[in-house]
Amino acid sequence: MSKPKIAFYWAGSCGGCEVAVVDLGEKIYDVVDAFDIVFWPVAIDTKYDDIRNLEDGEIEVCFFNGCIRNEENEEIARLLRQKSKVMIAFGSCSHLGGIPGLGNLSSRDETLDYVYRKTPVSGNEGGTMPCTTCVKDGNTIDLPALRTEVSALNDVVDVDYYIPGCPPPLPVIEGAVAALMNGELPRKGAVLSTEKTVCDECDKEKRKKMVGKARRIYDDDVDPSRCLLEQGIPCMGPATRGGCEAACPSANMPCTGCMGPPPASQEQGSRMVTAITSLIGVENEREATAEEVAEALASLRDPVGFFYMYSLPTSFLKRRYNDE
Amino acid sequence: MGVAVYICHCGVNIAKTVDVKKVVEEIEKMPEVTICRDYQYMCSDPGQELVKKDINKYQPSSVVIAACSPRMHYPTFQGTLKEAKMNPYCLEMANIREQCSWVHEDKERATEKAISLVKSAVAKAALLEPLIENEVPVTPAALVIGGGIAGIQSALDIAEAGYKVYLVEREPSIGGHMAQFDKTFPTLDCAACILTPKMVDVARHPNIELRAYSEVEDISGYIGNFKVKIRKKPRYVSEEHCVACGDCATECRLADRIPNEFDHNLSKRSAIYVPFPQAVPLKYTIDPDRCLMITRGKCGKSPKCVDACSANAIDFEQKEEVEEVEVGTIVVATGYSEFDPAQKPELHFNDLGNVLTGLQFERIFAPNGPTSGELVINGKVPKKIAFASCTGSRDKRVGNPYCSRVCCMYIAKQAHLVKEHIPDADVSVYYCDVRAFGKGYEEFYERVQKEGVHYRRGLISEVYEEDGRVHVRGEDSLMAEPFDEGVDLLVLGTGIIPNADSNEMGQLLHISNSSDGFYLEAHPKLRPVDTVTDGIFLAGCAQGPKDIPDTVAQAGAAAAHVIDVLSKGKITIEPYNAVVDTDLCGGCRICESLCPFDAHHFNEEKGVMEINDTLCKGCGVCGAACPAGAISLNHFRDTQIFAQIGAVLND
Ligand SMILES: Cc1cc2nc3c(=O)[nH]c(=O)nc-3n(C[C@H](O)[C@H](O)[C@H](O)COP(=O)(O)OP(=O)(O)OC[C@H]3O[C@@H](n4cnc5c(N)ncnc54)[C@H](O)[C@@H]3O)c2cc1C
Ligand code: SF4
Ligand code: SF4
Ligand code: SF4
Ligand code: SF4
Repeated sequence: MSKPKIAFYWAGSCGGCEVAVVDLGEKIYDVVDAFDIVFWPVAIDTKYDDIRNLEDGEIEVCFFNGCIRNEENEEIARLLRQKSKVMIAFGSCSHLGGIPGLGNLSSRDETLDYVYRKTPVSGNEGGTMPCTTCVKDGNTIDLPALRTEVSALNDVVDVDYYIPGCPPPLPVIEGAVAALMNGELPRKGAVLSTEKTVCDECDKEKRKKMVGKARRIYDDDVDPSRCLLEQGIPCMGPATRGGCEAACPSANMPCTGCMGPPPASQEQGSRMVTAITSLIGVENEREATAEEVAEALASLRDPVGFFYMYSLPTSFLKRRYNDE
Repeated sequence: MGVAVYICHCGVNIAKTVDVKKVVEEIEKMPEVTICRDYQYMCSDPGQELVKKDINKYQPSSVVIAACSPRMHYPTFQGTLKEAKMNPYCLEMANIREQCSWVHEDKERATEKAISLVKSAVAKAALLEPLIENEVPVTPAALVIGGGIAGIQSALDIAEAGYKVYLVEREPSIGGHMAQFDKTFPTLDCAACILTPKMVDVARHPNIELRAYSEVEDISGYIGNFKVKIRKKPRYVSEEHCVACGDCATECRLADRIPNEFDHNLSKRSAIYVPFPQAVPLKYTIDPDRCLMITRGKCGKSPKCVDACSANAIDFEQKEEVEEVEVGTIVVATGYSEFDPAQKPELHFNDLGNVLTGLQFERIFAPNGPTSGELVINGKVPKKIAFASCTGSRDKRVGNPYCSRVCCMYIAKQAHLVKEHIPDADVSVYYCDVRAFGKGYEEFYERVQKEGVHYRRGLISEVYEEDGRVHVRGEDSLMAEPFDEGVDLLVLGTGIIPNADSNEMGQLLHISNSSDGFYLEAHPKLRPVDTVTDGIFLAGCAQGPKDIPDTVAQAGAAAAHVIDVLSKGKITIEPYNAVVDTDLCGGCRICESLCPFDAHHFNEEKGVMEINDTLCKGCGVCGAACPAGAISLNHFRDTQIFAQIGAVLND
């Protein structure tokens, strides 16, 4: 009997998720022993047609990383969905939209205009802009168009499971692979990680929280043994699902939220917005004037980038409104 | 199983604008619904019987009543469920009266909206869980804050019922504003004759612990179990030794040099003083802001008061004392302040000598006042007197849109007293309406008019001085002609405003202030004495302007509520509290500092938050802030609320 087939794909991604798979090290051999890898553009020479030629549902599991940024991403997502029994969104971009999801703060034209013409290193004197059709030596080549907005995988196809993280932490991938091989997958739609938040795994000392004003991690009097948030350093840990073993706070960097919202939270960003805005200035809120409150809140820099670093496309906000 | 739904006609209140039969038809179609009926008056006995019978027959898992506001009848229908042996929290109400029939005219669309509201209630009801009420024991004692007539009355009533009362008064003596009056409207009773015996009773009552010259510093806990910190300011006079001979005050180096606040600065006192001769407790107090020993550390060669005091009562070493007491209930009777006419520059209150406020004029008539009760202003007997009503009341410009409710009547009283003192005096009252609403008030107003007091309709728009007289100018709106009269004395009908610290006190007590700044009652009609915090009650002008009869009535009602709570010995607490799902709590401790009732306790060992059921008031703050979504509010869980929203949006 032939081995069950699996596929890996990268859509709008940075490649970090691929490295995370490779990070499995020797354990990757267990996967190769148990499965037949039919498609993995980053590592083996396979073509889209190889997939098109498969029967529907012939692939047992597809690990799909990256967001849906252009038409090609979307097309291959649909194709892989059709051919796979189990579709797994792998990594923050396919799970929530990821960092590229912040692209939803600009329109497609603004993005292209900036990237091709306005960055300090653009050097595009003729003002050339990308287009979707190109004729060269009498041949017409079609290129995938950039979509007007970034989407997560489940915005375009049905997703069975999610492996969170940017990139997914090793123990989470290992846990998911083990569950897969032992046939112990939970109910459909589950996020394959722990249920509690990052704080639960963070061994910093936590006291009753009072935050005066937001500060930056490079302020020199940060006590590494104490919760960073308590010291005014915005940390997404409380609003973020664990499983990462609090990797960032353990290295004295605040959590940025890559593991996404914990199970009972509808939305990571707004949950943290309510938490932080309730906390800031709580110590002297009775005496504080409106100006002082505004000043304390203004100390939080780049709010969208902080609260929605990974989840803008799947949040209630989704994107900045534009006419596209 | 399923949900039983009842649609009320509320006579025609609902049925006139909402097609009730149509609502029933639509709701019956919902898969969750076991039975749906309508009835004329659901809250009536037969209405409730209907529900009880159905509960027995169909055993629904929850009940929806679509009727009026749950504030009105939720407890009523909870009672119905209880009688039918059903958990009283498996009840949801859809408000199709205040939020639908009363605010719409188009019957078709109102019916649609009613259907939508009921569907939404059904969606939530299907997810309701039975909740268990908590019982806690009650400390059999009460705290009364403020020793005006309201606080005095409440304290006496509670003490008479056999419970201990701590009466905390900020000033050196109890008595409040009433102690400053000579006569009271409309009966012209002598204020002192009815007040001072009560003050003495307070001092003597074995169940009353009077804490005068004291303030409440901190309050924690909850109904039945409040912990109160009382800060007693040092009088620098031993209460034990002082016999109130007054020799110290006579001898004080600053005698007759310090404005006397009890007389609203119309007289002078010493740095050691009693506010008035009938003060309770009758003990001297040193004014720490004035006394030379205290402000400069030195008073001549030796303090004259010490030398004068044969009882050796003066004690400059006295320190403030903080005492912690436990009580089951609290009455807030902190009264009011007087509007400051300087806020209306056109009155030139501070520049002109012959303009007095209402309370200042009260002092003029008082036998223990600055003129010993003689009607003499700046050494002269005034012959022509004007009163200006509504000074600082019903005046949006100074931020007081409300009516102070006593000024019209105290003006009438004072006008009468003027006539009594100087029968040929020319007395005019400039008013915009006369509000003589109480028992005997209209009659009193008529009597005063008959006594020759002129009422002129038209507010005074400007005051100025000419030839040593105060001139009042304005327009008589009945005669449609301007007036400009020179008078010997202008009395301002200054209104009642909340105390300057009312917001601060509100936060300390965890009670709300209404937009006018007075403390907010739980319901303007049905719960005028309760506050939103269980176990804390309101009495007197702290809740809003009122006269003495209303103050005393409310004080009695507050006392009855207190006695009700204390006599039960234990109380049940609504189970609408927040609960932590410890499988989801990551122990970030964000919720903890936000709880206005200090209900959170961090379990260090398990690394999770715990919430005390009895301390939690179900405000929901922590649930909104918990970034993990680990906290939900019983009866208002996210799932329940989203189901409710979903049902409305699907329509
Ligand atoms: C000019 C004038 C004339 C009036 N004449 C009449 C009349 O003839 N007849 C009539 O029926 N009504 C009259 N009234 C109304 C009457 O004054 C009030 O109805 C009555 O005084 C209200 O009593 P109270 O106890 O609520 O408040 P108050 O008399 O104001 O007593 C409140 C007490 O609480 C104390 N207190 C305040 N804050 C604190 C605190 N934080 N801690 C501790 N103690 C505190 C105060 O020192 C004070 O002793 C008149 C009002 C005015 C302005
Ligand atoms: S540092 Fe961040 S992750 Fe760690 S306890 Fe504080 S908020 Fe949570
Ligand atoms: S110390 Fe002097 S100023 Fe102070 S009360 Fe005594 S006599 Fe008056
Ligand atoms: S709901 Fe939360 S914040 Fe509000 S009283 Fe209860 S525990 Fe405190
Ligand atoms: S905010 Fe939520 S996760 Fe944080 S300690 Fe409180 S209950 Fe736990």
